[in-house]
Amino acid sequence: MKNHIKAILWKQLKDTIKNKAILIQFIMFPLMTIIMENAMNMQDMPPHFFVNLFGIMYVGMASLTSIAAIIAEEKEKNTLRVLKMCNVRAFEYLIGNAIYIIVICMIGSLIMGLTGGYTGIDLLRFMLIMFVGHICSFLLGATIGLVSKNQMVATSITVPVMMVLSFLPMLSMFNETIKKFSKFLFSEQLYLLVNHLEQIKITWETGVIMIGNIILIIAAFLIIYKKDNI
Amino acid sequence: MKAICIKNLKHNFNEKTVLDNINFDVDAGEIFGLLGPSGAGKTTLIYILTGQLKATSGSSFILGTPSANMTGEHYKQIGIMMDNFGLYERMNCYDNLKFYQMIDKSKNKKKYDSQERVKSDKNIETILNDVGLLDAKKTLVMNLSKGMTNRLAFARAILRAPAILFLDEPTSGLDPTTVEAIHKMILAEKKRGTTIFLTTHNMYEAQQLCDNIALLNNGKIVEYGSPSDICRRYNHQKKIDIHLKNGEDVSLQHNRECGEQIKSYFLKDEVETIHSTEPNLETVFMELTGRKFEL
Repeated sequence: MKNHIKAILWKQLKDTIKNKAILIQFIMFPLMTIIMENAMNMQDMPPHFFVNLFGIMYVGMASLTSIAAIIAEEKEKNTLRVLKMCNVRAFEYLIGNAIYIIVICMIGSLIMGLTGGYTGIDLLRFMLIMFVGHICSFLLGATIGLVSKNQMVATSITVPVMMVLSFLPMLSMFNETIKKFSKFLFSEQLYLLVNHLEQIKITWETGVIMIGNIILIIAAFLIIYKKDNI
Repeated sequence: MKAICIKNLKHNFNEKTVLDNINFDVDAGEIFGLLGPSGAGKTTLIYILTGQLKATSGSSFILGTPSANMTGEHYKQIGIMMDNFGLYERMNCYDNLKFYQMIDKSKNKKKYDSQERVKSDKNIETILNDVGLLDAKKTLVMNLSKGMTNRLAFARAILRAPAILFLDEPTSGLDPTTVEAIHKMILAEKKRGTTIFLTTHNMYEAQQLCDNIALLNNGKIVEYGSPSDICRRYNHQKKIDIHLKNGEDVSLQHNRECGEQIKSYFLKDEVETIHSTEPNLETVFMELTGRKFEL
């Protein structure tokens, strides 16, 4: 099992390095954070504004779109079927991909955290929040990948999901009505947490919403996974 | 020993019957050809035999195991080559094979020590050399020609030295040189004792390579046997065509009397060419189905 995961990981490193569409997802937000943090310096701007904002967008986009695209492409090109015939189990395939995607996203998150000036315990908290977000996003992306027959279908599903997860936390800053809805999303809750890193306090509301989101995502993933779509 | 066994197999897509009461066996070590025009049900049968599709009714067995129940361990015994099947476009030829070798060998930890890995790497190079892709080993799959991609797909299929090799139209759309190269590789696999299940709509290919063939039309097997037996069976004309050195063509009825006539032509050294008029597989197919063998 360990070596199947290792082989999947090796394949992703070889393959994705040439996949520009996925590569862009990994580097776009860390790069934007570096640029914006250095280029924009307005008065009254909340501290770590761009890091927190782009960090949550990164959570909502990178792992979600990359795993959905990887699974959908493998399904479309029949390589997933061949892997299945080679005795590679679905969870081995997903763990191999999860390690690859989460590690890269965490490196990106670390760059963002350091760019924003987080250090010590705050950096650790920031990374932990990002980690939880990337895991949720990965599972959601994997579910989309599993239900999609090809890349086109995967894209048509990931784009709206990604936009809801990434943009609602930002838009909720300006509109109370949007906030009423977006507070039920894990990305909004993570955004609230990341904005109060110094005095982090998990309220019962945040706890319930986060656990509810995680349960829903895992349940959706398991239902689809058990249908043997991989 | 029977490598493949099919009994009363039937498959429907919605209301349409694509395979109807298919029955035949394939002996171990033989090259079996399934011939039929596009849409006859050849690829569907491969999907069912390799456990990728469940038949509506009937049964099929691969090396004694019901194909619907095949697991990863059973799949180790088979190689499949279907249109770009299982190749990663953004990886080069060598890495594609190396990845599958890593997957196949991962069960046995001992094989992962450094010495064995050197051996494995050599094995990939040998296979790439056999399929004529050693010089292109660092070329990305997306940059290969169709012929090269087919050869790489073939290399991937034989990488694990399978007992049964399924080849779905392996030479379709290729130039004659590549076709010949693939034929040589198929014959080399047969020599190694591999059972080969080949689908094609190339009658010449079937006649050249196959020990036995089945003609498939609209989901039904319309004829089964060795290519030469089938052609002899449908030799209704029973004529011998002789082209004489003076340019004259003579057609003789194949019977006792024609022997004397042929003998006299030979004694007078008048014979340029002589042929029996057995039909080819295409003619047989037309006779059986009333339709041309369209691609």
